[in-house]
Amino acid sequence: MPATKSSRPKKADPARLYRAVRRIRRVEEEVARIYPSDKIKSPVHLSIGQEGIAVGVCDPLEPRDAVSGTYRGHATYLAKGGDLNAMMAELFGKDTGCARGKGGSMHLVDMKANVLGCSAVVGTTVPVAAGFAMAQKMRKTGAVVACFLGDGASEEGCFPETLNFAALHKLPVIFVCENNGFAIHEPLAKRWATTKLCERVRTYGIPATRFTDSDTAKIRDHIAKALPAMRKGGGPIFLECLTWRWREHVGPGEDYDAGFRSKADLAKWQKKDPVVVLGKKLDKKLKATIDAEIEAELAAAVNFAETSPWPDAKELYSDVFA
Amino acid sequence: MEDGRRVLRYVDALSEAVALEMARDDKVFLFGLDVDDHKSIQGSTRGLLERFGKERVFTTPLSEDAMTGVAIGAAMAGMRPIHVHIRMDFLMLCMNQIVNIASKARYMYGGQVKVPMVVRSIIGKSWGQGAQHSQALHSLFMHLPGMKVAAPSNAHDAKGCTIAAIRDDNPVLMMEHRLLYPTEAVVNEGAYVVPPGRSRVCRFGRDVTIVGVSNMVVEALRAAELLAEAGVSAEVIDPIWLAPLDSETIVESARRTRKVLIADNGWLNCGASAEIAARLAEALAGEGPIQIKRVGFAPTPCPPSPELENAFYPNPGTIAAAAYALAKPDAPAWAPDPAATKLAYQLQFKGPF
Ligand SMILES: Cc1ncc(C[n+]2csc(CCOP(=O)(O)OP(=O)(O)O)c2C)c(N)n1
Repeated sequence: MPATKSSRPKKADPARLYRAVRRIRRVEEEVARIYPSDKIKSPVHLSIGQEGIAVGVCDPLEPRDAVSGTYRGHATYLAKGGDLNAMMAELFGKDTGCARGKGGSMHLVDMKANVLGCSAVVGTTVPVAAGFAMAQKMRKTGAVVACFLGDGASEEGCFPETLNFAALHKLPVIFVCENNGFAIHEPLAKRWATTKLCERVRTYGIPATRFTDSDTAKIRDHIAKALPAMRKGGGPIFLECLTWRWREHVGPGEDYDAGFRSKADLAKWQKKDPVVVLGKKLDKKLKATIDAEIEAELAAAVNFAETSPWPDAKELYSDVFA
Repeated sequence: MEDGRRVLRYVDALSEAVALEMARDDKVFLFGLDVDDHKSIQGSTRGLLERFGKERVFTTPLSEDAMTGVAIGAAMAGMRPIHVHIRMDFLMLCMNQIVNIASKARYMYGGQVKVPMVVRSIIGKSWGQGAQHSQALHSLFMHLPGMKVAAPSNAHDAKGCTIAAIRDDNPVLMMEHRLLYPTEAVVNEGAYVVPPGRSRVCRFGRDVTIVGVSNMVVEALRAAELLAEAGVSAEVIDPIWLAPLDSETIVESARRTRKVLIADNGWLNCGASAEIAARLAEALAGEGPIQIKRVGFAPTPCPPSPELENAFYPNPGTIAAAAYALAKPDAPAWAPDPAATKLAYQLQFKGPF
């Protein structure tokens, strides 16, 4: 059994953060572009606008650490090092997909990179992530699990049930609530009696921090600081990151004309666009090089997905049982 | 039409049924995630908020388990709640309340309470939505004494079953089908009920009986057309309600044809088709040979890859081929031209939902 290892989190690097958010943005923009062609036959929940949170949380993590995502999971998957080719092929339903065409956009998984997968049923992954974390504790790996959830997921019974258990057993879980203010089209005001989510979480004895502008670098530093203690059995932490879903709930379009949210709010958040904020910190030439590398990688991934074979019909019956 | 009938879409028939009942009985209210937004559950709750106000039409937190308990409590107190879920999969979070309280409260309380609640749920045929968004789980609910289950296959029955469900003094699960929502049928204008426990013969035939469940009725009717071209006369039966199930109508048909194909919109193991087959075997025992065959979902979770997904679902072609083999066991195997086996509404359907 591996002994508990404690290591110093790697140093912050603006270029690395920029590359990660820009890459996710471009991948999702490309998904949105391809989508109407009907080649991607899987409902996509884009995280455009929210990428900075996944990147901020995942950047200081090590390969042994795991992430658990939601059906809006493209950013989580990529930020933690999920394979881009395999992701694209999965969206196309190809045999080379990360779940061999059996998951789809809502169920990206890459166990090699410790991306634990996602669920289309809101909240269901939260206790599973805690269980994975419990195993890390039992096996003394020193690894932590970052568990992403939406504000909506915090309303499911399994969320407070998991908080209690994780706190009780001091499990190494980073709960990250990406609070974009909506569940499909329903705003918080119709779902929460108060917005004091962090206060609620603190009553379980879990330190909770609220990030009102989802600044990638700030989130990153917060996680980097918390990791050493968590690896040594310090127990869970909770982050509430306010953010904005730029696109519609599901699909490639926007939904500002639908009357439930305004373009003005989008403009406010676009001023904090992590891609722009982080890009500005970089030397122009370096930024251009990174951008070009991302484009090349992306084009190759789309080509990989396009040219990959379909699963054989008999694959329908494989992997029902282990 | 002169007699107050007109053609209506399934989805509009659903909201019309609820509107009529809410107007008639102020104890009826409707709630559930997203019922009041501009998409109004694919349009099936459209207009209700404007007409009846937000005290009687409202959204909820994402708390299916607790909300089911709330519906049960309100029903026990004399209200008639309709709890809506945009997908059948989410009923799994309500199982404890449905199984342990709703379906047995009347009995456990020695008849002192009623639980007149309706649970609306929708099957989402896949289009790449994957294993957790493409399930038909009706058999789980058919299993429970005290629960009623309706699976209307057309707009007329969608309205009549909904009204019957609202007026019923027991918990009733409505299983709707996403792909049926745009389909049209002749629907009476006023309120009427399609009561529990009466199956319908949708098409008369001599050679083989096909029982369809939910949208499999539509696929079975299409299969019957294909079979007719191949010289086989198929009778098609829609059970409409799965619990209580009118198996008498199915038995009557089977008594004539002696050949029954059950096309379920779900898995076969311990499913609706298993129940229907068992009832046929029991009812017709000792009356001579009878052949029963079943088609349904492949015994796998539903995969999103289009190639695999096509093989997962029965379609008019697979239904017709199976029925043909039953009807003409000595003839060479036959399957209709694949181009003819797609339904128009399936061809039209584009994602994401
Ligand atoms: C248990 C369950 N209930 C309802 C749904 C339907 N649904 C899908 S996404 C969603 C919104 C969830 O909102 P949130 O957790 O805030 O995440 P976001 O989509 O905003 O990222 C809902 C209600 C579901 N998938 N699962």
